[in-house]
Amino acid sequence: MSTTEIVASPAPPSVWHMYRAMVGVGVCCGLLIVGVFQATLPVIKRNKAEALQKAIFHVLPNATSSSTFRLEESGSFTVLEGEGAGEQLVYAGYDDNRELVGLAVEAQGMGYQDVIRLIYGYSFAEDGIIGIQVLESKETPGLGDKIETDPDFLKNFERLDVSLVEDQSQIANPIVPVKRGEKNNPWEVEGITGATISSVAIADILNESAQFWVPRIRSNLGDFQGGE
Amino acid sequence: MAAPTKSSTDEFIKGLWKENPVFVQVLGMCPVLAVSNTALNALAMGLATAFVLVSSNIVVSLLRNFIPKQVRIATYILVIATFVTVVDYVIQAISLDLYKALGAFIALIVVNCLILGRAEAFASKNTVGRSIMDGLGMGVGFAFALFCLGAVREILGAGSLFDVQLFHDSFQDWVVMILPSGGFFSLAGWLVLFNWLERRKAKKGEKAKVAALTEGTAS
Repeated sequence: MSTTEIVASPAPPSVWHMYRAMVGVGVCCGLLIVGVFQATLPVIKRNKAEALQKAIFHVLPNATSSSTFRLEESGSFTVLEGEGAGEQLVYAGYDDNRELVGLAVEAQGMGYQDVIRLIYGYSFAEDGIIGIQVLESKETPGLGDKIETDPDFLKNFERLDVSLVEDQSQIANPIVPVKRGEKNNPWEVEGITGATISSVAIADILNESAQFWVPRIRSNLGDFQGGE
Repeated sequence: MAAPTKSSTDEFIKGLWKENPVFVQVLGMCPVLAVSNTALNALAMGLATAFVLVSSNIVVSLLRNFIPKQVRIATYILVIATFVTVVDYVIQAISLDLYKALGAFIALIVVNCLILGRAEAFASKNTVGRSIMDGLGMGVGFAFALFCLGAVREILGAGSLFDVQLFHDSFQDWVVMILPSGGFFSLAGWLVLFNWLERRKAKKGEKAKVAALTEGTAS
């Protein structure tokens, strides 16, 4: 009985065979991944840049070209050459006559499910926010994601007042969320029924970002003139 | 020569209907329920899974005599993970919007038990040709099932199919169908339909048998 069993079971493979299989397959897989990564990297980068460019022109409808600026430690802005990962960036939009029409600024904050990342357009002429686009959100489909589609909600951002106090040190009236139908001032954001947390989150994100950026942008207006 | 061709076709067809991975085997439920909120997402996820399934079946089948039994599962997972990473980059290159919609579920194709199941149960024991047909059949069957779910959920939940509005503005969307619970409702609906069809077929077969028997005894 025991003799039959020994004869029937195949000899166990040597350690070398196991190493050969795993290391061989591992090396081939690694090479394949690196190859595909290298091949797709330029396309992925171009896609991301195009998506950002599209978003900039969406929130600054009058702009036809843009350039990226970096916030220096001194508080001034300089044109960014190449990539600026992890730096504080704003995107200046210019019209056909190379006149500055406004700035697009990225902002993010906590929503209902996860972090909401958005970009908004700040116009000098209007002294306010003239458009927003949500870049990334995982809000509840059908409810919270109305922040991207609800026309009444998006109307809030056709001209949202962020004018500064006289010495330009801060925003005169913070952006505040209000219930639907209770908007009386241009700095108030009318919420969405059924998506209260998400719409309040948008108002808070914009408020926090505008409090930081608008005084800095206004006091360094000259830096953006004559960009690209 | 004719026999293997026929059986290869059978390998393909079984995954589409008789052994459909979702409606019959009920495998890979995580992406089925999570990414089927619109027809496009469902179809993209289905095709991505089908690609990984076919590719891993090919490699596993080619290496079936090279991989010792003791390390087979680890090696299969390595192969599957590689193809998932490839799909991940390719989808990013094709469309960022689609990539965002599918989110974490692309990476989770690695743990879809359908793929490891086919590698272990079929590709590791069969020729490359048959493994390709098996992978294609199962992959297309999976994509078809996801599309069925996605289409129902999008039509009822958003009143559209592939973003084309189907109903008049007065149609009130069934928001619940897009939410996770809608995935369970529509899956249940499809399973009921499939089981009903199977039972009807079995009953018809039985009736035909009885009829043949009675005819035989009468003559």
